[in-house]
Amino acid sequence: MSPTSPMQCAASLGAGLLLSVLSLSLGASGSAMAAQATSSISPASQDEQILRIANGAEPGSLDPQQTSGTWETRIVRDLFEPLIAYSADGELIPGLAERWESSASGLRWTFHLREGLEWSDGTPLTAEDAVFALRRLLTPATAAHNATLYYPIVNARAVNTGTLPPDQLGVAAPDAQTLTITLSHPSATLAQTLAMSEAAPLPRHVIAANGADWTRPANMVTSGAFVLKEWAPQSHITLTPNARYHGAQNVTLDEVVYLPIEESHAALNRLRAGEVEIAYGVPASHYAWIQDNLAEALHTYPILGEYFYVFNLREGSPVADRRIRRALNLATRREVITERILGMGQIPSWHFVPEALSEHQGARFDFADWSMDRRMAKARELMADAGYGPDHPLELTLRYNTLEDHKKIAVALGAMWKPLGVQVTLTNTEAAVHYRDLALGDFEVGRYGMIATIADAYDFLNAFSSDNTSNAPGLSSPAYDALIEAAAREGDDDARRQQLHDAEQYLLDNDVVLPLYDYVTSSLVDPAISGWAPNALDVHPSRYLHIDTSH
Amino acid sequence: MSQTTPAPHGTGAASAFDGQPPAAPAGDSLTRDAWRRLKQNRAAMCSLVVMTLVVLACLIGPWLTPYELDEVDWNAIGTGPDLASGHIFGTDVNGRDLLTRTLHGGQISLSVALVATFVSLVIGVLYGAVSGYFGGRTDNLMMRFVDIMYSLPFMFLVILLMVVFGRNIFLIYAAIGAVEWLDMSRIVRGQVLALKKREFVEAAHALGVRDLQVVTRHLIPNALGPVIVYVTLTVPKVILLESFLSFLGLGVQEPLTSWGVLISEGKDMMETAPWMLLVPSAFLAATLFCLNFLGDGLRDALDPKTR
Amino acid sequence: MLSYTLKRLLQAIPTLLIVITLSFFLMRVAPGGPFDGERRLPPEIEQNLRAAYHLDEPLPMQYIRYLGDLVQGDLGPSFKYKDFDVSELISQGFPASLELGMWAILAALLIGVPLGVIAAIRRNSTADYVVMSTALAGIAVPNFVIAPLLALVFGVLLGWLPAGGWNGGAWQNLLLPVVALSIQQIAYIARMMRASMIEVLGSHYIRTARAKGLSEWKVILRHALRPAMLPVVSYLGPAIAGIITGSVVIEQIFGIPGIGRYFVQGALNRDYTLVMGTVVFYGALILLLNLIVDLLYSMLDPQIRYDD
Repeated sequence: MSPTSPMQCAASLGAGLLLSVLSLSLGASGSAMAAQATSSISPASQDEQILRIANGAEPGSLDPQQTSGTWETRIVRDLFEPLIAYSADGELIPGLAERWESSASGLRWTFHLREGLEWSDGTPLTAEDAVFALRRLLTPATAAHNATLYYPIVNARAVNTGTLPPDQLGVAAPDAQTLTITLSHPSATLAQTLAMSEAAPLPRHVIAANGADWTRPANMVTSGAFVLKEWAPQSHITLTPNARYHGAQNVTLDEVVYLPIEESHAALNRLRAGEVEIAYGVPASHYAWIQDNLAEALHTYPILGEYFYVFNLREGSPVADRRIRRALNLATRREVITERILGMGQIPSWHFVPEALSEHQGARFDFADWSMDRRMAKARELMADAGYGPDHPLELTLRYNTLEDHKKIAVALGAMWKPLGVQVTLTNTEAAVHYRDLALGDFEVGRYGMIATIADAYDFLNAFSSDNTSNAPGLSSPAYDALIEAAAREGDDDARRQQLHDAEQYLLDNDVVLPLYDYVTSSLVDPAISGWAPNALDVHPSRYLHIDTSH
Repeated sequence: MSQTTPAPHGTGAASAFDGQPPAAPAGDSLTRDAWRRLKQNRAAMCSLVVMTLVVLACLIGPWLTPYELDEVDWNAIGTGPDLASGHIFGTDVNGRDLLTRTLHGGQISLSVALVATFVSLVIGVLYGAVSGYFGGRTDNLMMRFVDIMYSLPFMFLVILLMVVFGRNIFLIYAAIGAVEWLDMSRIVRGQVLALKKREFVEAAHALGVRDLQVVTRHLIPNALGPVIVYVTLTVPKVILLESFLSFLGLGVQEPLTSWGVLISEGKDMMETAPWMLLVPSAFLAATLFCLNFLGDGLRDALDPKTR
Repeated sequence: MLSYTLKRLLQAIPTLLIVITLSFFLMRVAPGGPFDGERRLPPEIEQNLRAAYHLDEPLPMQYIRYLGDLVQGDLGPSFKYKDFDVSELISQGFPASLELGMWAILAALLIGVPLGVIAAIRRNSTADYVVMSTALAGIAVPNFVIAPLLALVFGVLLGWLPAGGWNGGAWQNLLLPVVALSIQQIAYIARMMRASMIEVLGSHYIRTARAKGLSEWKVILRHALRPAMLPVVSYLGPAIAGIITGSVVIEQIFGIPGIGRYFVQGALNRDYTLVMGTVVFYGALILLLNLIVDLLYSMLDPQIRYDD
């Protein structure tokens, strides 16, 4: 290679070329970043009330009817107020409707909207917007996840399956301030259902004009305490106060920023560094540390969820034999799991419907008070009856969806059942595959978790009726179905409570499930925040929150 | 790769006036020569010893520890190193002995590393060398195939393999090997593109050596330098890729574990229970250090130019 | 050279088409779909969803529909992030991943190359071992350990830098992730550079150059460096593609709104459109970068030709 050939110079140019391309891209991206609306996350200053929340995950949408997870509804609730709202303690209070009443039969409900309601752009908010929203919710094209909750409304099912057009839905607006809802049978849970963010009235003028783009900050118009200022996917969602909100005078925050931080570890770091004020979700590995070091900020409270395993009751399954299922239930030491494996305040469960449900029915395993020795003895006896023991082991596959905690619990269960002669094989799969396989009955013992959409036991129990596609155990019991059917239509609270109690007791007596614990959730809230209260529904509307900046 | 030189004819120097050609000096086989040179490299030898110890520990250790891989010690959940309790390196979050699990994990990690690296080496080197040597349209087609393989969504590839082959540790090897050979092939191809214009290749052609032999006997050995080093770089990639897959439920299942999984579990406990991170990390780091010095030593020993 | 480049660019089209086709059908083979979650949806709702996303059409029809949209530049709406088009998600997320990646690669080149060269020149000396051992730390400690460690020490405990967030790419938010990302790359580049440099320094034309009486530095910089870069450049092609399309781990730990997570989350969520979008994007990048690498080969070593 001769040293001075032009090609050699070109070679150095080549490397320089690559580098220049790189730097140009840098420059381009730099200006792209500048061109984007980068009102980057403002540091909390002394005068401004800026609340930054580590919210867990990026919402799939900000259209109230396309959201279902708590991390999504949290934001939506700040933007849109339903007819019925929640207080800081999770109690139902008037929302956009100032009062409501039902007819004597419970079949006709009338809602009276507040006077002078406006959307954030000044357009009057009327009952027509509420009618529009409910019709849209049940329109098949919307494919709302919780549409079945609204089936008590006349023609709701027919509309949702496309048999009837949406205007046949049993909702009407006789005048601008009044909304009437007609039901085909009494519903004990209508108020709760209408308090869900997806039932909130929607700005039909904006949706008509913008179609699918109506949720962009430039287009969105809201009825809640805040408006959407900025939405940078995976980065932040910024809300600012809505001057036209009916309760605007009580809103003290200047800005709310939701950060989609998925790793609870990362959220904890940001909180400790003073970069967020609230973190939903706490890493289990640091729980004890947090109890020691951040006790003031830690709030652990039960929510409406249950962690359990389901047995496959179908013929051919190794746990189709009820004795085996009871033995496994007996041998499971729930307190060990909640106290030593998880240790985050979970509540060991001898029931199925969580205790936090204020009308907890009181169903319980009959062995709940037995000593461990007695339980193990009985368990061994049952296994022996079924033909299994340490000498003749039962091979069982335990399935769970991929998550660190699920793994720990599955491992613990395997260890607890080993003395009975059960050989457990653990299998984990990603969530999508896991739940699909369970629904199809492709499992033996599988992990399940249920979080209620509304505070009603029915939500937990109807999953096991024989016509439900979520019926993972494959329970097929006319008695159970009858109870669920009756509860769906029962108007009398006491009778309904009894029916649901009986249904739950049925599940326990027949070992359809292996309940482990009632969910609790932990949140970290900077002590400078006031107005935040733990509640079983895990709703903490930002309009109640206030930052004490004299810190 | 070993070549033997012809056996020497008589002993001692023969004079040209004997009428016989002078005796060829006693030669060494390539491997013996390389081995001798390797032995002189202290770092490499030291690494070899440590590596052997680690491998032995992982193979035999599990039989020697008082605890089982999946044995839960209810009284020692998440406790630190404690000679009295027998948990020399402490327990993990489930109460299982960390040392035992680390040794078991080593079996998985090392075997995955071995197989996947071997697969990627063999396929990558051959593919890249052939592609680079033949050039032109062959090279173009072969490299476009590589580009396509790069672009396919890896996660779905693994899921597909799982659907077809079920859940099997060899599956992990296959998936990882399938991905890693691509880099290797590009590196080798690059080397070969540069090498094939060298004089020794022209000489080989002139001597009538067949294409395949040119590739395997002449090009590949000369390209080995960066290849060996890249192999030592592939091993950690493979080990960590396996942990990534297992974490997603696509790889090793409980109670089996691997160093990558243990490190991943341990990193969450960095502040509160550092031994859970340090023990498997130490094993991994030691292995990688040794591999690298060994690799460098091998490269030096096999380098035809510095003989 | 020009005609070669043009030829390659033209070939990119059928290559990309093959990638798209294979990926499209590969995705659908995976069990589970975008609507499988904890709560099984009642059949009529699932039916509604499938209809809304055209998932109830026969697969070849969906494929044709997808290609038709693609040609018009429409990558479709994401299944999971329903308010955004895939093209928006990628174009909004890419700048962050790109910026992060570019700095990491720059650092890796500016530090890794000289380190490798020094180690090669001072082969088997103490300096060599020290340099290589330090570089090795970047390989031996996985970046999913380094990243949280950095965030913890500098972000939380010392408070010198933000513990996370992007803040429009402010240097304070860039520093830790770039360090975490580049440590590993520095190690790779340094090691490959060293091995390659040693090879080149032993070659006969270097001996010739030395014999001519050129100074050692001139020998190294003018004659040895370029051919020694070859394997490094080979490695860099796909490596750059991987790095600038984001590291899932770094992005999650530092909360960087890049596109790395889409590659993993997209698959896990069975977000078909998002996955396809990332495949198209990444595929185009790979083709481009490998082309650049091939062109660089012939600049680094003029004997390399492609027109056999």
